[in-house]
Amino acid sequence: MQYLLMLYADQSAGLKIPADAMAKVMDLMGAYQASLEKAGAFVMTSPLDRVQNARTLRMQGGTIAEPSPGVFVNQGGDLAVHDGPYAETREQLGGFYIIEAPDMQTALDWARQCPAAQWGPIEVRAMKPGF
Amino acid sequence: MNIRDDEAARTAERVARESYGRLVAYLSARTRDVAGAEDALAEAFATALRLWPADGVPDNPDAWLLTVARRRQTDALRRNKTRKVGEEHLMLISDELEAAAANPDDIPDRRLGLMFACAHPAIERGMRAPLILQTILGLTAIDIAAAFLISPATMGQRLVRAKARIKEAGIPFRVPDRQELPDRLDAVLDAVYAAYAKGWTEIGEAQGNALSSEAIWLGRLLVGLLPDEPEAKGMLALMLYTEARRAARRTADGAYVPLDAQNTRLWDSWQLNLAEDLLRQANAGGPSGRYQIEAAIQSAHMARRLHGAATWPAILQLYDHLFALTTSPVVALNRAAALSEVEGPAAALPALDALGVDPRMNDYQPYWAARGHVLAQTGDKSGAIEALTLAIGLSSDSAVRAWLRQRIQALQDG
Amino acid sequence: MQFMLLIHGDESQMNALETDDTGMSPDYHAFNQALIKAGAMRGGERLRPTSAATTVRVRDKKAVVLAGPYAETQEQLGGYYLIDVPSLDEAIDWASKCPAAQFGSIEVRPIWPTRPQ
Repeated sequence: MQYLLMLYADQSAGLKIPADAMAKVMDLMGAYQASLEKAGAFVMTSPLDRVQNARTLRMQGGTIAEPSPGVFVNQGGDLAVHDGPYAETREQLGGFYIIEAPDMQTALDWARQCPAAQWGPIEVRAMKPGF
Repeated sequence: MNIRDDEAARTAERVARESYGRLVAYLSARTRDVAGAEDALAEAFATALRLWPADGVPDNPDAWLLTVARRRQTDALRRNKTRKVGEEHLMLISDELEAAAANPDDIPDRRLGLMFACAHPAIERGMRAPLILQTILGLTAIDIAAAFLISPATMGQRLVRAKARIKEAGIPFRVPDRQELPDRLDAVLDAVYAAYAKGWTEIGEAQGNALSSEAIWLGRLLVGLLPDEPEAKGMLALMLYTEARRAARRTADGAYVPLDAQNTRLWDSWQLNLAEDLLRQANAGGPSGRYQIEAAIQSAHMARRLHGAATWPAILQLYDHLFALTTSPVVALNRAAALSEVEGPAAALPALDALGVDPRMNDYQPYWAARGHVLAQTGDKSGAIEALTLAIGLSSDSAVRAWLRQRIQALQDG
Repeated sequence: MQFMLLIHGDESQMNALETDDTGMSPDYHAFNQALIKAGAMRGGERLRPTSAATTVRVRDKKAVVLAGPYAETQEQLGGYYLIDVPSLDEAIDWASKCPAAQFGSIEVRPIWPTRPQ
């Protein structure tokens, strides 16, 4: 089975950690990944950029129609981009994509194309080198 | 139905139940699809309970049931032919079942693995006991709901969700390795003991009595499957010590009888002897866990009542051990009560005062009952009446309320 | 640059749409193909609903395992691992070994495999 491990932590506390201590944390993350790889359990990983740099794409208004089976299209709605991460709890994380794009704008353009944008918000976060 | 038929029906039921958990565990161990296994077995058991009382129980009930269940699964397979996913898997299982039905001694007992899956830390604590009762014993959601004071519809839904979770979250059917076993076994024992405790508190309800018997049956199963685990023996012993006193805890007209006033001739000596034997075996092997210590405390109470042995100091020591292990305020309360017996009520009062700082004691009935008891012995009549009044207000058992009222009356008269 | 697109939605509605475990809507299929064709695809998975989620954190050197998804809002998603192991036990074990488990929370969610039509 494949599992996604989602790493949650208090970001503001993390940002206050001095550089040398942070280097230690990253060493530990490196060692952790090495052990995952050695065990044959590793598939992929990445740290994510801070939430302030996240954008959330969300359909506003409109109604969802199903013109043909399995095809869901929002009619009359507008896709709006909001600053920050997706924060409400009414909806749940249902999947993810990792894509290569030169900048946030291109990434948002891809997110726009995603079928899920028709009915739910998509949070776009840059990945950072590390772990 | 004449007596013979009735007996045959009961034999059929007993054999079927022994097979039920084993077959559910076997059928679902690989797919983790407990609900699917239950569906496949449901018809097999309905047929068995219809035919066996008349035709007699087959020589090999497991093989008989597995054959019928296999037919069921093949039917289900045929119906799902349009669905690609899992087909090869089902085929594989079907082949395996065929082999197993031909040679039933080869059916491995995976009930232990199933119990560990049901009591997995990723399963909500409150659902662990209901899951075990359903998957191992085949109890219906209606029966389980009655014991856990939840509506049958809600219980049914929660059981379905919990089974889906076992499958979807990938919870394994496995006995944890040595290093993990103590913690994980505790969760299994706690679930079984929770079922017992539910049954014990339902006084006078046939439902509750039945649940206690089911829990004891599970305890015996655990001891049989894990003969080297002293805590499993300790828990079974604890349940048997308690169960042995069932008939003595109320008078014929339903009045509450505290342990020290119970007629020991009403105690079930067969269960007591079994408990003593289990406890001896448990103590012979390895360090003492929570259930072993609690069973030992019950054993000391028995010795005190049956043979007049002066076991209060031993009980106090056992509570010391138990408190070091659990740091539970409930244990601290029982320890204070034992202290009162050993060193007198004046010595116990500071311990009770210290415990009273814990806000959880505010609405904990046994705390106020014990406090009232100790205060009465120190001669603090008004303090005792106040505490006992609180204990009455916090009790939901009318027999206990009546008994406490008598104590207050005696204080007022005396 | 690499970006992660995190797909949120009302699970009860999304699950109502599911017909079976192999289902992938034609729209998703087309979207995936477009990403692949553009050379932008680095990975993506559908997740099983939060009812299959487990949250792990390590406190006082002990792994604390909670049934259910991560629900608090004081902490933020800071990274992820995608791992392949035989069962939830190994997944919990790996999560509890992750350095982040010492100070944060790790939600463990099974991947829900899809097959393109």
